[in-house]
Amino acid sequence: MPMPSIDAGLPLKPALQQQTRHWFAVRTVLDAQQRLLLGVGSFALPILVWCLVSYLPFVWHPKMEIRDAGGVDYFQVGMLVDHAQFLEERDNMVAQHLALPRGVPANPIYLPAPHEVALAFVRAFTTPPEQKDQPWLHEALWHSIQVIFWGFLASSLIGIPLGILSGTYAAVGRLNEPFIEFFRYLPAPAFGALAVAVLGIYDGPKIAIIFIGTFFQQVLIVANTTRKLDATLIEAALTLGTRGVRLLTRVVVPGILPDLYRDQRILLGWAWTYLIVAELIGTSTGITFFITQQARYQHFDRVYAAIFMIGVVGFGTDLLLARLGRRLFPWDRSTDQD
Amino acid sequence: MTRPPEDFPLPDYLDQSPAVRARFARIRQREPILEVRGLGKRFHTRQGEVEALRDLNFAVHRREFVCVIGPSGCGKSTLIRILAGLEPHSSGEVLLDGAPVQGPGRDRGMVFQGYSLFPWLTVKENVMFGPEMSGAGRDEAERDALMWLDQVGLTRFADAYPHQLSGGMRQRVAIARALVNQPRILLMDEPFGALDAQTRARMQGHLLDIWRNIDVTVLFITHDLDEAIYLADRILVLKAHPGEVQELIEVPVPRPRSPGQFASVEFRATKARLEALIHPPQEQHDEARLEPEIQPRLIRLTNVNDDVE
Ligand SMILES: Nc1ncnc2c1ncn2[C@@H]1O[C@H](COP(=O)(O)OP(=O)(O)O)[C@@H](O)[C@H]1O
Ligand SMILES: [Mg+2]
Repeated sequence: MPMPSIDAGLPLKPALQQQTRHWFAVRTVLDAQQRLLLGVGSFALPILVWCLVSYLPFVWHPKMEIRDAGGVDYFQVGMLVDHAQFLEERDNMVAQHLALPRGVPANPIYLPAPHEVALAFVRAFTTPPEQKDQPWLHEALWHSIQVIFWGFLASSLIGIPLGILSGTYAAVGRLNEPFIEFFRYLPAPAFGALAVAVLGIYDGPKIAIIFIGTFFQQVLIVANTTRKLDATLIEAALTLGTRGVRLLTRVVVPGILPDLYRDQRILLGWAWTYLIVAELIGTSTGITFFITQQARYQHFDRVYAAIFMIGVVGFGTDLLLARLGRRLFPWDRSTDQD
Repeated sequence: MTRPPEDFPLPDYLDQSPAVRARFARIRQREPILEVRGLGKRFHTRQGEVEALRDLNFAVHRREFVCVIGPSGCGKSTLIRILAGLEPHSSGEVLLDGAPVQGPGRDRGMVFQGYSLFPWLTVKENVMFGPEMSGAGRDEAERDALMWLDQVGLTRFADAYPHQLSGGMRQRVAIARALVNQPRILLMDEPFGALDAQTRARMQGHLLDIWRNIDVTVLFITHDLDEAIYLADRILVLKAHPGEVQELIEVPVPRPRSPGQFASVEFRATKARLEALIHPPQEQHDEARLEPEIQPRLIRLTNVNDDVE
């Protein structure tokens, strides 16, 4: 009997691949070059908009940066005033025959230009912080990462087993899921004051907020993922003589592992969104402390640099985990297009 | 369905050649592996009670190949799931070697219609699963698995993952995975239903080869009449709503079977009988009856000279 080749069962990959590229064919599979191009484009587009707004004065620039105060007594060099206010004062000066103020159109202080943010980003790593007791950006970030790590780890250690049990045994699920459904509507930050009262003002309450924000979603999501496991696999295992705990350890857990891993990636993303609120609780720390400090001194370029840094770390971690996932689960077909 | 005009009338499907009759006599001599007595099944659903099976009685003898056939929804899957112990029954009893079955067990192997291989295990590890569950050491399990992969001709793919195999190959692994446990009976629920015609034909031949060479009894569900006749010693014909035994047909086609027999008179006589049972001429097919009456009103939308026939 002729043996079909090993990839005979593979789904036919690019069904609509043709010589000419079709960018807007419905539901086509993009080739590698297209994917790269569009992926870079998705970042380039917003940056382009930012550049246009920053460098083309006629696009927005609602303020005037004073270069020469002229006769206006309260103007100072470098000051930002509204366009209308500037024109009004200039008219006043014309009427009073005093020296005219001079200025250039500028954006508000809270919208620095791309190059300023880029510079602030580099300086955050090269020049020490102005105040002695202030952390470097990377120190602040490292502190934040630790808070997330412990919160997420604690949540996962309880949430994953509970979710798997809930998804496997209807009785376990019914015993906790209605309450968890209810609890997940309670906003995690609402427990801030309570967490401080119980756990003090340092990292304890922050970790607790990350935990509360993650845990309840986690149980429900993992339980749902477990329920989605093809029942045929469990039945096949039963007919092969599998019983009791081994049904859980040898079939359910390996069966859901790739999906569980994907769930964890999504949940980790959510944990980051709780971070800023969590770090405001008790004594402000980490990246949040850095950001609020810099905003207080109106160093908005550094604020953006720090926010950007969170994005880099979060997105970078996720990309890394996606890569790792493909290594860990070679049988998983749904990661092919990740 | 139209068929070529018959040159001579088909013999009765009950007519058996002496050799075939002797074979059936021998089969009846063997001990029954599986006995089903007064089996009934009711599902309690929100819409009310559904009687899926009513008073089923039959026995399958050692190394017999029995096919179950019937219209869709007549309870074939329900029956085989009860036999496998995956579904409780409402009345009657199921005996395996004279003892009532309780829950699933390794003495009844099962091959499912859908792909039921464990996607996280390689082909070899899938086949090793059963022996490992029964406490065999890794070496022993591996030896058995490789032996069975050899039987189904998949040694080369031992380290491949199921998703890398074609549909037919996956079902061969599923068969090996069930047989490595040396079950008393192999239960198969439309195992080739999802395969294309060519692969299915090859798999049928392959299954007959396996069945010939090892001591296993097969209960095989299908809705394909040709498949049932080609494979089976006896065919259990079910009717729907509720699922009841309509007839237990002894297939008069002699063994060993070959695709050449599809045109033989015994084959065609049996098929004619099955068709009469499953698609009664006066009454419409079960599913078709549920469809609303559609009266097509066709208007010619092409040029009068543009004929396709
Ligand atoms: N779990 C279930 N709950 C309720 N009704 C069911 C269930 N499984 C099957 N049935 C009903 O039992 C009948 C037989 O189903 P099934 O055994 O799947 O038929 P077949 O395999 O012959 O197509 C159908 O009417 C189906 O709706
Ligand atoms: Mg079925």
